[in-house]
Amino acid sequence: MGALGTMKDFAQLIKKLDSTNKTNEKVSALTAYFQNADDKDKLWTIAILSHRRPKRPVNTTLLRLWATEISGIPLWLFEESYHIVGDLAETIALILPTSETHSEKSLSQFVSEIIELRTLTEAEKKQYLHDNWLALNYFERFVFNKILTGSFRIGVSQKLMTRALAKATDIDEDILAYKLMGNWTPETTTYKKLILEHNDEDYLSKPYPFYLAYAVEDNFQENLGSILDWSFEHKWDGIRSQVIIRNDEVFVWSRGEELVTDKYPEFQCFLSEIPNGTVIDGEILPFVEGQIGNFNALQTRIGRKNISKALLKKTPVILNAYDLLEWQGKDIRQMPFSARRKILDKLIQSCNCTEIGLFLSETMNFETWEAAAAERELSREKRSEGLMLKRKDSPYLVGRKKGDWWKWKIDPFTIDAVLTYAMRGHGRRANLYTDYTFALWDEGELVTFAKAYSGLTDAEFRQVDNWIKRNTLERFGPVRSVTPHHVFEIAFEGIAESSRHKSGIATRFPRILRWRKDKPIAEANTLSDLKALIPK
Amino acid sequence: MKQPLLVFNEKGIYCKQADVYIDAWKPVDKCIITHGHADHSRWGHKQYITHTNNVPIIKHRLGEISVAGKAWNEIFTINGVKFSLHPAGHIIASSQVRVEYKGEIWVFTGDFKTEDDGLAEVYEPVKCHTFITECTFGLPAFKWTPQAEVFKDINDWWATNRQEGKTSVLFGYSLGKAQRLLKHLDTSIGKIYTHGAVENMTEVVRSNYNLPETTLITRDTTKEEIKGNIVVAPPSTHGSTWIRKMVPYVTASASGWMTFRGARRRRAIDRGFVLSDHADWEGLLAAIDATGCEKIIATHGYTDIFARYLREELGYDARTEKTQYEEENSETVASAPFSDQKIENEE
Repeated sequence: MGALGTMKDFAQLIKKLDSTNKTNEKVSALTAYFQNADDKDKLWTIAILSHRRPKRPVNTTLLRLWATEISGIPLWLFEESYHIVGDLAETIALILPTSETHSEKSLSQFVSEIIELRTLTEAEKKQYLHDNWLALNYFERFVFNKILTGSFRIGVSQKLMTRALAKATDIDEDILAYKLMGNWTPETTTYKKLILEHNDEDYLSKPYPFYLAYAVEDNFQENLGSILDWSFEHKWDGIRSQVIIRNDEVFVWSRGEELVTDKYPEFQCFLSEIPNGTVIDGEILPFVEGQIGNFNALQTRIGRKNISKALLKKTPVILNAYDLLEWQGKDIRQMPFSARRKILDKLIQSCNCTEIGLFLSETMNFETWEAAAAERELSREKRSEGLMLKRKDSPYLVGRKKGDWWKWKIDPFTIDAVLTYAMRGHGRRANLYTDYTFALWDEGELVTFAKAYSGLTDAEFRQVDNWIKRNTLERFGPVRSVTPHHVFEIAFEGIAESSRHKSGIATRFPRILRWRKDKPIAEANTLSDLKALIPK
Repeated sequence: MKQPLLVFNEKGIYCKQADVYIDAWKPVDKCIITHGHADHSRWGHKQYITHTNNVPIIKHRLGEISVAGKAWNEIFTINGVKFSLHPAGHIIASSQVRVEYKGEIWVFTGDFKTEDDGLAEVYEPVKCHTFITECTFGLPAFKWTPQAEVFKDINDWWATNRQEGKTSVLFGYSLGKAQRLLKHLDTSIGKIYTHGAVENMTEVVRSNYNLPETTLITRDTTKEEIKGNIVVAPPSTHGSTWIRKMVPYVTASASGWMTFRGARRRRAIDRGFVLSDHADWEGLLAAIDATGCEKIIATHGYTDIFARYLREELGYDARTEKTQYEEENSETVASAPFSDQKIENEE
């Protein structure tokens, strides 16, 4: 054991993960690393790959400045390079003078130094970065920068990492997924404690892994068996959350595994009505004047660090409960959905639910698909995104699994808009213009209304990229304005008035549906066409 | 005001005094060609002038054309203007064009690299007043590793794949990159197989250059025979049905664009080797310095950024001109086709 103990080994692991597109190869590279690395390094690897990085010790402005000083290039040239490379850690690693040396320090040593760095003076920070940048070769330096800047996206999902860890430790994957939940960091635990041992105290605030649904497939009605086996609910557009009541404490977790208890102080009153040993799965929704509000209203709650009294009054939230994962201190995820719901329904009906902001996501039964489809048509009116289908006898599974839960969303809104600005993408789209701004007509002028960067095929992106480079009007750093010429059909999920947007309208999850090569720009939609889509 | 010796018009780079174009992108009467890549040697000119070794290459590509071959440094005078070709080191038989009239000297680099690749005639610095330079990789992020190290990596990769019972498929443009790869592959590891486009071009090149033995993959070539060996193929074969014969295989691309992680991931290639036939940042700056020039015109590549650096940091009189050589991403364009899968957001 402990054969792989240096930053070089970790960098080589990342290089291997980065240089294959095959899941099996990624899993086997990670498994081998987990079998051989030092415990401390293993723990940091798990932390980094599950987005638990140390806080950024130096802001990026200083990183850029110091990197350009060492490289002897002007700052503007660094910025131009960064726009093209599309990744800060990579840009810094590339422009620094070439070095062929390796560091013998371990990954955990580097990470503790990076944590320590926060407490040092600016001059000491600069000296530390200077010495370490020049002591690492290109790829190690890149990995070092990634840990430093805190954005480690290398095509390894938490699921993939958990699978490799399961292989290396012979611990069941679902159990590991549960152990890895919550707000641990390598500073508060050890590999042995987190992965190998069982400790009740650690479980106090731990959420269960969320069960996620797939979108229904074509002709799904024929493949789902009897409709009577299925329970229906509306699909609410809020923040998927788990609320835990244990040991006289309330914990609120978002699906991104973030502990957000402090952001929703209204849920503290659950303690008066809900017994200890209860875990509820549901959706946090804005609730204004007795009605479910628009998701846009929630944005103000998500973004704020401090939740003021005024904000609580302006945008109150409720929890719309749809599942019960723990009851009387017992994990009941293996019970059939219908049985879990029976307990949940009884619990909520028995308490002062509206008072404490705990609502029930109503279940529905249908005898025909036509009846279900008719209910789905009402989604927009009811402020939902469509229907959820849950098999009545299904257990609560871990992660995104096909079969028992499906989402049957309503068709998105669509509008034809004109491409007006473009920006280079990041990651695998670096150096390609793939991030677009779209505009609609308003009294003879094009007014920006949305940005979108997904929905075209790679081949289409390449075509548009090529066209953009040849039809640029002006450049503003990474952004280019282009001749208005191309029309795209833009789809989006929700729409609301917004004072923060130039057009006065905010759209939710806009993306490109298709390239309307057949349409001249004169036939693109107008801002008033867009406004007409706002639900009355 | 005096007319510049070379101007950029809608057809190409033009010398009015001699009524001659260089690397024109529209059909013209008389055209000097720097090298055999499609964007520089276009179809339809009445008369071509190029280096002798490039003659068979462009004839192979363009068919029966009227072409005059010139030797390195051979001066040919047209209406008082002295022209000569000098090695550009980009690919085999690639030239820079030196143009001199009444003591004023201009050089157009075409595409070039400063490193000796062991095959293309080595880049020769040419003194001039005005230097028209490409800057495909005109950013400080581009720094090439000496080719000996890159080829060690390529050959190690091949050897490892062979040990694992896999075939190595290495993508490179059929003129230039392919021959450079062939030249430095370690044939003690195994045999080199080729795609038809690479084989045909290599056959043409063999008349003037010494290259290792290659075997063309035909309908009769069996899977077993190829297994563990290396296949050199144009990037366009990536994802094609032709490549299925190599199963189980691993792919790699050798290009300057492989500097960027994003570029390799976008193409879904297993391995990227940073190996370019263009000059890197330091190479471009060293080349400029060696010419002793006063004026610089940056053509294809990161022209705006590069010209600004030359002006603001080094004090040159530098500007840009638009050309129709594959812009900015020339190697991207010449490289693998994109799959038809949708680009999803990362993770």
